[in-house]
Amino acid sequence: MSHAIARLPEPRLRALEDAYGAAVAAKRRQVLIGGFVLAVLIGLSAWAGEVDLPKFFANLWRFPSYISDIVPTLRLAHLGEDLAEWYWGLGYWLKLMGETLLIAYLGTMLGGLCAVSLCFLAAANLSRSARVRWLVRRVLEFCRTVPEIVFALIFVAAFGLGPVPGVLAIAIHTAGALGKLFSEVVENIDMKPVEGVSATGATWIETVRFAVLPQVLSNFASYGLLRFEINVRGAAVMGFVGAGGIGQDLIESIRKFYYSDVSAILLIIIATVMVIDLATERLRHALIGMERRS
Amino acid sequence: MNGPARTAARFEAEALADMAGLAARHPSIFRVNWPLRALVVTIVAVLAGLFLWGFWALGFSFARIAGGLGKLVEFAGFMLPPSPGSYTTFLSYLDALAQTLAIAFLGTLTAAILAFPFGFLAAKNVIPNVFLHFSLRRGLDVVRGVDVLIWALIWINVVGLGPFAGILAVATSNFGEFGKLFSEAIEAMDKKAVEGVASTGGGKLHQVRFGLLPQVFPVIVSQVLYYFESNTRSATIIGVVGAGGVGLHLYEQIRMLEWQHVSFLVLMILATVAVIDFVSGRLRFAIIGNAKIAA
Repeated sequence: MSHAIARLPEPRLRALEDAYGAAVAAKRRQVLIGGFVLAVLIGLSAWAGEVDLPKFFANLWRFPSYISDIVPTLRLAHLGEDLAEWYWGLGYWLKLMGETLLIAYLGTMLGGLCAVSLCFLAAANLSRSARVRWLVRRVLEFCRTVPEIVFALIFVAAFGLGPVPGVLAIAIHTAGALGKLFSEVVENIDMKPVEGVSATGATWIETVRFAVLPQVLSNFASYGLLRFEINVRGAAVMGFVGAGGIGQDLIESIRKFYYSDVSAILLIIIATVMVIDLATERLRHALIGMERRS
Repeated sequence: MNGPARTAARFEAEALADMAGLAARHPSIFRVNWPLRALVVTIVAVLAGLFLWGFWALGFSFARIAGGLGKLVEFAGFMLPPSPGSYTTFLSYLDALAQTLAIAFLGTLTAAILAFPFGFLAAKNVIPNVFLHFSLRRGLDVVRGVDVLIWALIWINVVGLGPFAGILAVATSNFGEFGKLFSEAIEAMDKKAVEGVASTGGGKLHQVRFGLLPQVFPVIVSQVLYYFESNTRSATIIGVVGAGGVGLHLYEQIRMLEWQHVSFLVLMILATVAVIDFVSGRLRFAIIGNAKIAA
């Protein structure tokens, strides 16, 4: 049982084939030009970035050897003593890690509070003055574009060494990042409750409290937790510039080649970050579930 | 005009008069949920208590904040007008900025190329081996958990100070991120396109090229561009530990309290980041079109 497919007349077929050929050729040309631009960019960046592949391959053995250097020798026969020697400063490091977590927490809370108070002014559907909205948005943009380490460096010069500049630097960066996300959440709310509450003669603040906040609170908390997780990583390196936390000890042990200390501190940081990741993920899923149910 | 207002007032008065009846008819609205309220109050109190205790524990004091703010205002005065001092310094800053861009670009690209095969290996639907899946994912998590500045310090031991160490650091830390993101993108793809290509007689290579790649490629490109933007920001600070780019100048000028240079460098960074955001936004739009893809 065979079906013959009717062949199109020759001129029509020719036109279709030409069109197909042109489309394919155009696509090929595009890919070629894109590939060429990419290759030029790679060449330029390799030149500017002082890429030295021979040196890289000649010295690559140092990477695994560094990793194996920082891993301490643990013998099964005296595992207890070896572990105790490896983690000789456990109490001290845990205290520093606690300080790091506290820096991240205070920075997140402080920045989050700023973001909550600014996001309603930056949201297109609630802000009454276009000029205020423009100003607030530019301020938030500035806060999140300047890296937090730069703020930390400047604040160390102003407030002195220690966790205070670290907290403030993280808070400013967090305010910028969360302010943008929060204002986007606020822009996506259902406007009917807002109309309902303002129809009863409520002031702007009452409208925000009773019509907007209940809609956005769980999203705010979820973004805040995500930011806390990022800030824990950020706070761990704040000590590199003298802004408190465990980073100070880490950079010293790397610079002074205290190999086993490097791995001990790194493991503490990695373990903490993982635990925080898992915990915040659980909490966020619970929050999202709560929102779905209500 | 008096009518509707009077009716509304009358309705309200009637409703208030029948308060007890209302409460009896809608008990769930009028009953206070004490356990829930106690829970909320406790959580808020604990969070607020930790917040206040934290300020005390980390050594915040009114005098210190006031003094620091005073100094900040003073610094802000010194920052005006932003200026690089001389033309030669300006050129060296431009050179450092080019290094920064090179670090972000090559770091992101290298990470993406290296992570692409790993994304397939770590995807559940490509290799359904639970043990391999778990160990690869956890390995990527460890790589991700180490900050880019720490990777920079480690790579400096291997290739010495300079932007090359920065490139390798950005590549390593992004490798962990991309491995996870790519494998998730591959897991989320639609199997039907691959089956369709197979049903027309396409081989394994055809299935990947025509069934899988067109689905995964736009997602991956959009993620890579997004990370390029964010890497431009992190590459500006990687110089703080000596791994090249504009960060080293920034660090030195802040240390030497040359505030005019500092504000000039910050402005240069802001301008570069804005340009890169614009260009990569355009590119992303050109490649993935209007399709809405979660980054």
